[in-house]
Amino acid sequence: MKKQFTITTTEGLHARPSTLLVQAVIPYTSEVQLSYNGRTVNLKSIMGVMSLGVPSGSTITISSDGADAEKLLEKVATVMTTEGIGLEC
Amino acid sequence: MLELKGIPVSNGIAIAKAYCLSEPELSFKKIEIQDVNHEKIRFHQAVLKAKTELEEIHNKAKLKLGDEKATIFQAHLFVLEDPEMLRMIENRIAEGVNAEYALDEVSTMFIKMFEGMENDYMKERVADIRDVTNRIMAKLLNVTIPDYRQLDEDVIIVAEDLTPSMTMQLDKKFVKGFVTDIGGRTSHSVILARTMEIPAVVGTKIATKEIIHGTSIIVDGAKGVVIVNASVEDIATYQLAQQANNKKRKKLESFKDRPSVSADGHHVEMSVNIGKPADVEAALSTGADGIGLFRTEFLYMDRETLPTEEEQFHAYKYVLETMNGKPTIVRTLDIGGDKELTYLKLGKELNPFLGFRAIRLCLDHHELFRVQLRALLRASVYGNLKIMFPMIATLEEFRQAKALLEEERRNLVKNRIKVSDTIEIGMMVEIPSAAMIADLFAEEADFLSIGTNDLIQYTLAADRMNEKVSYLYQPYHPAILRLIKTVIDGAHKKGKWVGMCGEMAGDEMAIPILLALGLDEFSMSASSILHTRAQIAEINKEQLGPHLDEIFKLTTADEVSQYVKKFLLKNN
Repeated sequence: MKKQFTITTTEGLHARPSTLLVQAVIPYTSEVQLSYNGRTVNLKSIMGVMSLGVPSGSTITISSDGADAEKLLEKVATVMTTEGIGLEC
Repeated sequence: MLELKGIPVSNGIAIAKAYCLSEPELSFKKIEIQDVNHEKIRFHQAVLKAKTELEEIHNKAKLKLGDEKATIFQAHLFVLEDPEMLRMIENRIAEGVNAEYALDEVSTMFIKMFEGMENDYMKERVADIRDVTNRIMAKLLNVTIPDYRQLDEDVIIVAEDLTPSMTMQLDKKFVKGFVTDIGGRTSHSVILARTMEIPAVVGTKIATKEIIHGTSIIVDGAKGVVIVNASVEDIATYQLAQQANNKKRKKLESFKDRPSVSADGHHVEMSVNIGKPADVEAALSTGADGIGLFRTEFLYMDRETLPTEEEQFHAYKYVLETMNGKPTIVRTLDIGGDKELTYLKLGKELNPFLGFRAIRLCLDHHELFRVQLRALLRASVYGNLKIMFPMIATLEEFRQAKALLEEERRNLVKNRIKVSDTIEIGMMVEIPSAAMIADLFAEEADFLSIGTNDLIQYTLAADRMNEKVSYLYQPYHPAILRLIKTVIDGAHKKGKWVGMCGEMAGDEMAIPILLALGLDEFSMSASSILHTRAQIAEINKEQLGPHLDEIFKLTTADEVSQYVKKFLLKNN
């Protein structure tokens, strides 16, 4: 199960937006990955997310696998829009 | 006496004894481990203790700085419990090394990775990772990280670098400033220092080497200077400057949540100009009455494609909601001139300032304009929205822009999308033709806002980007004053209000004139609000009348500024 997003926050996926995303997915049991530019990291790992250095305007894929994967992805989509981090493609 | 130079990052003057922070001793040896499970438990206990400590700091930060700024510590907690990092450390322990060694190896790997990034912001996150891993290391080694909470006298902290958690623990009662060897403008510590209003100079390179613990030092946060072993005279001079600063700041602070009103009770609106949604908080923190100019260009710039309607809707909604009912004037796209959008491929022009820009461009590229209008209309229900069109030269342009807006409004209503029915529609007066017939515009507009930067450029026919003619950029030129008077009188005659959102609105010299002319709204950068409000509070508007008559008899800009300096600023 996956969703694609365009990052719109002018700062890219820096500390604040990364923190908000990690915060959103931690409560879920499903595994969740973020892929950008050929690299994939665990979205529950803030170091992993920040290490990608995702700039504004780029497209990322978030994929999830597990019992609550669907709910998790919905939550990610909500946080993306309400916090102005990105938009679903 | 020794003078150190650094980067000025947080204003103010501090005079106190240096408190030199030595790094905690965190050295360790590599040990081969037999009982891997025991070592893993030891490691997890250290993480747990560090977590308790960090949660305490996080809670304290939320109270002191608010949720948004405290996010830094939430990020630290995530680093502390980062599944990837913990997994890597555990794997190393499983191979038979001690927890200290495994922690150091893995954190060094991450630090190197972040240091290697080209982006300065990412490089500075290294301090955050170090902060967290040092905390775990201290727990493993049973070493106490210096506790600044035990300070009991005024000090200036001198350190190689300040981690955010150190900065957070500083007791403002005793810490009067800080000086560091390294650090940049965007490091978290600097942002925190500014929020806490502690004077700070970073990047001195040699402060920890040159400053001895307990020496009296002076920090000038505005100039980026640190004076070590200052002379008695120096200290006296800085003390006077500090007293003056404090007095000024205290006085200004008291204007924060007061109405913007002159000494004789004349009310005006004091608003802030913003460039991006994130500026709203700064606007609110000054106690501004509203937003007088939201430049929407930012949404279109530094990117490769046009922003979508959704994207714009969210940006406007955020600003309107955050302003919580306070008036928010959004200016529609003002692109062209010196502001290019490469992806629109508009081509070069010989006279860009007199060319295809702002409303001219929008009225030609309907679809682009309609997207913005729809986003604005949809967001209107979330606050007190006012819309204004830039660079209007003729009534036809204004009517066309209004008609497009009305058409979009009707379409939305037809599709059962809620739109506020109290949106005021105004225009920028920045071209002399518009200023001259302001009364005619006021028949059809709810308000006018004077954009002085362009009005001056167009009235004196002097490109403001051209240094050779910059001497002609004259805000006090009699022609400019007459135009402003024409606009204000014209609008008032029709019962409409007039604002100003150019540099002039926050200009100390212009303010008495503008107030006397009856300007209703002053919009400026956030940092000028309190200062201007304080200035207006001291002016007696009614008494300015005769001065205004004198000013309008003067023939040059220089005479006007001399007059204002001599009479208005002194007498009021």
